[in-house]
Amino acid sequence: MKKLITLFLALTTFAHAQEPIDEYYTPEEMAASRMMLIKMHGATNHLFLMADKFEYRDVPGGALAWEAKGWYGGDHEKLYIKSEAEFGFAEDEFHEGDFEAGYSRAISPFFDFQAGIKQDFSEGPKRTYGTIGVMGLAPYWFEIDGNLEVSNKGDIAANFEVEYELLLTQRMILQPIVELNFQFQDVPELELGSGLSKLEAGLRLRYEIEREFAPYIGVHWHQSFGRTADYHRAEGEGTGDVSVVAGVRLWY
Amino acid sequence: MLNRRNFLKTTAATGGFIAGVGLLPQMLPAWAQSGGRADLSGLNVLSGTEYDLYVDKKRVLIDGKPGNGIVVNDQLPAPLLRWKEGDDITIRVKNNLDVDTSIHWHGILLPFQMDGVPGVTFPGIKPGETFTYKFPLLQAGTYWYHSHSGLQEQSGHYGPIVIEPKDGYPQEFDREYVMVLSDWTFENPHRLFDKLKKMGHGFNYQQRDLAEFLSDVRKNGLGATMADRNMWGAMRMTPTDLSDVTGASYTYLINGHGPEDNWTGIFSPGEKVRLRIINASAMTIFNVRIPDLPMTVVQADGLDVKPVETDEFQIGVAETYDVIIEPETRAYTFMCESIERAGYVRATLAPQLGMTADVPALRERPKLTMKDMGGMDHGDMDHGNLDMGEMDHSQMNHEEMDHATMGHTMPEPEPDVDHSQMDHSQMDHAAMGDDMSGMDMGEMQAHSHIKNHGVVNTAMAPVSRLGEPGIGLENVPHRALTYMDLEALIMNPDMRTPEREIELHLTSNMERYMWSFDGLKFSEVKDNIYFKKDERIRLTMVNDTMMPHPIHLHGMFFDVVTVDGSHFKPRKHTIIVKPGEKLSVDITTDAIGDWAFHCHLMYHMHAGMFRVVSIREQLTHQQMGHHMDMGGAS
Repeated sequence: MKKLITLFLALTTFAHAQEPIDEYYTPEEMAASRMMLIKMHGATNHLFLMADKFEYRDVPGGALAWEAKGWYGGDHEKLYIKSEAEFGFAEDEFHEGDFEAGYSRAISPFFDFQAGIKQDFSEGPKRTYGTIGVMGLAPYWFEIDGNLEVSNKGDIAANFEVEYELLLTQRMILQPIVELNFQFQDVPELELGSGLSKLEAGLRLRYEIEREFAPYIGVHWHQSFGRTADYHRAEGEGTGDVSVVAGVRLWY
Repeated sequence: MLNRRNFLKTTAATGGFIAGVGLLPQMLPAWAQSGGRADLSGLNVLSGTEYDLYVDKKRVLIDGKPGNGIVVNDQLPAPLLRWKEGDDITIRVKNNLDVDTSIHWHGILLPFQMDGVPGVTFPGIKPGETFTYKFPLLQAGTYWYHSHSGLQEQSGHYGPIVIEPKDGYPQEFDREYVMVLSDWTFENPHRLFDKLKKMGHGFNYQQRDLAEFLSDVRKNGLGATMADRNMWGAMRMTPTDLSDVTGASYTYLINGHGPEDNWTGIFSPGEKVRLRIINASAMTIFNVRIPDLPMTVVQADGLDVKPVETDEFQIGVAETYDVIIEPETRAYTFMCESIERAGYVRATLAPQLGMTADVPALRERPKLTMKDMGGMDHGDMDHGNLDMGEMDHSQMNHEEMDHATMGHTMPEPEPDVDHSQMDHSQMDHAAMGDDMSGMDMGEMQAHSHIKNHGVVNTAMAPVSRLGEPGIGLENVPHRALTYMDLEALIMNPDMRTPEREIELHLTSNMERYMWSFDGLKFSEVKDNIYFKKDERIRLTMVNDTMMPHPIHLHGMFFDVVTVDGSHFKPRKHTIIVKPGEKLSVDITTDAIGDWAFHCHLMYHMHAGMFRVVSIREQLTHQQMGHHMDMGGAS
């Protein structure tokens, strides 16, 4: 009991311990500036928006395409968005189009784990996916984005994108990109076959007038494989083509 | 494009602009003006013991271009405050901004409640309010003052302080000038930080590109060039990462004048001229030289040092150096090159106005080397490799033991320490040995290798670099100052051997633009760093990052351990810790209160490289818990 009382006294003494600053200001007077001090020394939040690709593709009839991403948050936790789309002027419709939003969390100095919901908005059957993935910077400066997706119909797919930046000069940058899509089962409705379904590759040469504003030209190649290609052939569609692209890379 | 003539018209029409630099010279502080009026000898600008300062947001003209400044008494830089040692000073600071402001008196020893750090020593100065600072002047020398609120320093809220010694100067000189070096951006500083958070290398236009690759292949062969690229690539680091914000965004200033403005100081032939050089930049470390004219360094960070002659020195943000020069009857260029050499500012020293000297071309941008990595254990590459980690730990231990027991078993001479300069007779071997044996090495190690998302590298074999002049000055064809060259003119006030040593790591993740001590940003730290009053502490800092950091402690000086046991250690308020370096400073914790401790690169501080050091008569039990624990992370 005596020990308890001593402990109690010690604790209350600590709680009312006179700090030197208390002589000049009450904790209430200091509260706002203390909160600001913490915020201003490591706890700022930021908003990032980037259209890595925003381009015209020289496909038959022409197409407008984008690949965009963004986030809001701090060093460890963020809310993120991603979107990829291609709009064909000839068909007046989106060949491809999705929008994803979710939560991102640092899991290592260079990588974030991401979990989100992705929604198709292209022409045809639309799916909603739950997606998890890892995004970050691998050794040798490869930027990596890999995701596993489960659709509302239970179909599972994976995609993996890797990109690199080659500095020709301080402002002229060559950017190769490769994106691979895998399907874990056939989805005839979406013309997707099990296995490696699609590969997209691009090579873009941009000039950074400002870091945030860089016009570019390049080539974009896409190719479907295996049963996915069979579906396309059965529909009388091509299984791949190469197009010249021109666009601008923007970020805020 | 707005030319100056049009600008003047616009200004007259709107009336909204002020005395910026170069616009209305008569409204510049006299000391900051070009020409003879800048002469300080016998010229007192805001001197005395009572002052009224007011802080405003105004349009200013920087090197011929308009921008948004935060100015004190309508001046950029803020007025020179010329004080006398022993005086009691009263300064009323009125805030005319629409946000809080503050003034911190950098390097001045004063009661902590007058130190001017919002959230630490006072609540800050609210819009419309006036705060009265009152403190006695216990020291003499060259110092400066600046805002400790938001990012106001970047916008011009800084000014010089000169405190005249009450017993006269130990050095002779006929004339003196204050040279306030700074960096200016036409961007909003918050936007600038925002960009760093998203693209840390965005301001670097000196990265390795194809042309450099080809030239390296010609020089070193394809194999060696690829191996070098692979090494850096494996670490996801670049050897060109010398400054986060570069000459690509900054206009560098001397006394508010850009390189085109060409601030000019006049001297008469035969005079000895004292230059009080203050680096008031937000982010820029400068290389300072006057081609063809040696400089005798007589003061560092406000305190006298034994005169030492040099041709060039690197000055970290917030450091000050006083030099005495004896120019001949000709013009000289006072050249300040930013550390990454993407920009510069120059001034002219001449017998009469209008004379100029050649402005040397910017030298080749230096590159970081393996040494700057300090034998780094790199990020998540080694994550799974526990054995290696353990091995490195034990090695670390040995090194520290060797260091501590230096007297008994002199370690292999480190390449960078000039042992010949060491005064062995003054080393207190026995005491050192005893102290170290009493230390809990295990606990120290526990803080040495924090690995989290904010830490990319750990310097596994850091070395002393006090004998090196700084990144890029290793091979200049003339003398370049090192910390080893500095020796206090008067004996150190506290000659006790430190009772204990504390190790602190400077840590970062450039990719996320996270900067911290021991891997924890200030926003993640739970408590202050506590010391008991009048302890003698040895603070050992290890720089795990690839960048030099000017580290500043408020309220107490660092006695830099250039030569262990010396009673003439140079005493500094700010010290550059080079990449891959391990250095020690001794601190006497004689100032009760709460004190900011931080990297003086403003955006590093803003990103989290900041702590509060608290000195108490008695420590509570909980504070004792944080006593040894610099991190407060337990």
